[in-house]
Amino acid sequence: MSAHKRPLSPHLQVYNPQITSVMSILHRMTGVVLALGSLGLLWVLTSLSMGPEAFSGTKACLDGTFGRLAVFVFSLCLMYHLFNGVRHLFWDIGKGYDLATVTRSGLLVLALAALSTAGLWLLAGSNGGAL
Amino acid sequence: MKYRNALANAHGLGPAKSGLRHWWMQRLTAVVLALLTPFAVYCLAKYGISDYAQIKSLFAQPMFSGLSALYVLALFWHAQLGLQVVVEDYIHSPGLEIALQAAIKIVYSLASAVAVIAIVRLSLIA
Repeated sequence: MSAHKRPLSPHLQVYNPQITSVMSILHRMTGVVLALGSLGLLWVLTSLSMGPEAFSGTKACLDGTFGRLAVFVFSLCLMYHLFNGVRHLFWDIGKGYDLATVTRSGLLVLALAALSTAGLWLLAGSNGGAL
Repeated sequence: MKYRNALANAHGLGPAKSGLRHWWMQRLTAVVLALLTPFAVYCLAKYGISDYAQIKSLFAQPMFSGLSALYVLALFWHAQLGLQVVVEDYIHSPGLEIALQAAIKIVYSLASAVAVIAIVRLSLIA
């Protein structure tokens, strides 16, 4: 396409944020975080396979402040992308398209993502701060 | 009214040539991931990664290491399909786009290979 500065019709920035649009872009953003973070998972798996000594270094990284923060962000993104992904699969089979349902399923996804993330970390914490 | 002509139906392809495969594999890997992720995060949260012997004994079970391999393959396939679309949508410079698309395919293919080798190794060390 040409690089001329032509006028554009009103675009995303003229709209107020809505639950539909915000959750859509969040799905994409969490997807990118997870795609890049999955390489971190590969690093954990690789060091696991190289024996206890190699793994102790990885574990020390994960136990640090930055490591814990990274794992927490990853888990929150994962829970959001998981539940919102299931919402997308329902749309793929043609269900849940009317506006009231879209809003309700969106709120449900947000609640489930928050609750499941909290539940996972409570479970991890109750096991003597495992991880 | 039918807009597709007989030849298009015979070929079964839209103008993109491979769009349905992308869509289908994204959904197929999504279903695998949606089924296995709850199990994976539950195991991680419950058992943690402190006890190396316990982790080894889990991976020594063929079903556990097999499901782990399926999981990482579905994960990396899904990840590269998603990143591909993000790059298609937001990167408008042709040279950079081709470089990024190539890098994504290569990095995630390598990640898949390394992950499977790691899992096999982990399942075999005594």
